[in-house]
Amino acid sequence: MIGTRSAADPSRRRVTLVIAVTILALWVASALFGGVLAPFSPSAQLPRLKFADPSAHHLFGTDGFGRDVFSRVIAGARPVLTIAPLAVLLATVTGTVLGLLTGYFGGLTDGVAMKILQSIAILPPLFPAVLAVALLGRSTTVLVVVLGFAFMPIITWTVRSATLVEREKQFVEAARLRGESTAYILGREILPNIAGSIVVESTVRLADAVFSIATLAFIGLGAAPGSPDWGAQVADNRVNLQFAWWTVLFPAVAVASLVISVSLLADVIRERRSA
Amino acid sequence: MGGFLLTLALTSILIFALTNVIPGDVARRILGREASQEQVNAKRIELGLDRSILVQYRSWLGGFLRGDWGTSYTKGEPVRELVLSHLGRSLELGLIAFAVVVPVSLGLGLVAGLRNGTRTDRVITVLGLCGTATPEFVSGVLLLILFSVRLNWLPSSARDEYGLKGLVLPVICLVIVCVGYISRMVRASVVATLERPFVRTARLKGITTSALVRRHVLRNSLVVPVTALGVQLRYLIGGLITVELLFNYAGIGSLLLGAAQEKDLPTLQAATMVTGVVIMLTFVLTDAVYAWLDPRVRVGETR
Repeated sequence: MIGTRSAADPSRRRVTLVIAVTILALWVASALFGGVLAPFSPSAQLPRLKFADPSAHHLFGTDGFGRDVFSRVIAGARPVLTIAPLAVLLATVTGTVLGLLTGYFGGLTDGVAMKILQSIAILPPLFPAVLAVALLGRSTTVLVVVLGFAFMPIITWTVRSATLVEREKQFVEAARLRGESTAYILGREILPNIAGSIVVESTVRLADAVFSIATLAFIGLGAAPGSPDWGAQVADNRVNLQFAWWTVLFPAVAVASLVISVSLLADVIRERRSA
Repeated sequence: MGGFLLTLALTSILIFALTNVIPGDVARRILGREASQEQVNAKRIELGLDRSILVQYRSWLGGFLRGDWGTSYTKGEPVRELVLSHLGRSLELGLIAFAVVVPVSLGLGLVAGLRNGTRTDRVITVLGLCGTATPEFVSGVLLLILFSVRLNWLPSSARDEYGLKGLVLPVICLVIVCVGYISRMVRASVVATLERPFVRTARLKGITTSALVRRHVLRNSLVVPVTALGVQLRYLIGGLITVELLFNYAGIGSLLLGAAQEKDLPTLQAATMVTGVVIMLTFVLTDAVYAWLDPRVRVGETR
């Protein structure tokens, strides 16, 4: 039947929120206290226990070097939960400043800036990342900077269009007539009013960043060779898929659960704001 | 069109700048450690690396526009044939994915929108979100474990000898990532249409639900997947890199990745630039399709 009933039942949305926050909290805990939580060292090799099936002793089994997959999955949370927030922070700070300035002033600078951003954003975010990491070398810094710049245009657009709306409001006009400085108007009058949109957009980008970092690690362009990135674990064990599926399945599910929980979180925040 | 060309010109500068920040000597890397300094210098001159960066950019862009894309450093083949043949294969994969994505997301979006606020709507929306959030390599290995390793139904590679059967899993990976976003757009359009006054008028006239959906709702939502996919195309193409790597498919994504790892600059530049052109052309094309499907836009433009 066709109906225009009110939006989704809030109690069901709360279930989604609880699941998302729980998963996210587990990964954050793994990133912070991985050394304590993991039963083994992620790099400890047990030569007599290669490709052991999942069991009570090794929950997720062991890989071809006899390393505990469970411990490696826990260790994999740290690199991704370091790089992704830093990249998003860079994108948010630069994007917010640029969006406020272009939205508030408009004119030629705005036109030129928008064209330049469009030319960055025309390519899939992964492309500049592949180019930069392959050419400059694999390091955390390169990843943070290149992903930060890949996501910056989208945040700039969000902030810019929000600023365009706010700058016409009367309290902005009032501040201008009081003779407040531009920095005051942008930072104290406009920014607090658009903070909500920035939070939503940044959360979406955080999911995007985790997605991209895991993908880069999978294609061999992760943070550093030998780092226990989930994507790299999947790539390294791909050849063992036929007889040791657990070496691939668990790190893959780890990636998906983290991206999904952040995406769901972003979705709930957005719905709360529009409700 | 002018705006598109300007954007492409800026993109070309960006690509050229990105590919010119590599530390180390390209000529030395091509010739190897044993080459003498004279040989390296000669190679540098042969490649035109001794010229200023501006001259290099101009000659590269000029060459690109004339269709002279240079020779691959590592493969020794003309870059144009290399890039175009790989691009063709990727377009094949992308178009099959597109042909699956449009009806699936239309159907799901329609059902979710018509049942706005119900459990069905919620399930479709959340599952769609989960699909969009799952990286292609994750859904790829999960599908491989299930259909290739456990059930042994489908090949684990998309190499030519497997034919169409080999393309099933790669296409599903690309579809999973796209469907969530597009069906969500369709759903929003359906919900918005249902709130329009003409729907109420039609209802008061006593129109049946199926006729209402067919004549009013579907027609208004038909353009959504096309325009939404134009936006999603960047991600679809980005996803090609992983999907092609995972399933051993020789497309533009795997060409780009290989060229990046081998630091094969001419291939890298041309592959990235061509991708930018393809994305731009798709924007132009989706605009045209949009105008064709929605007469209001067409009228607005000619006025």
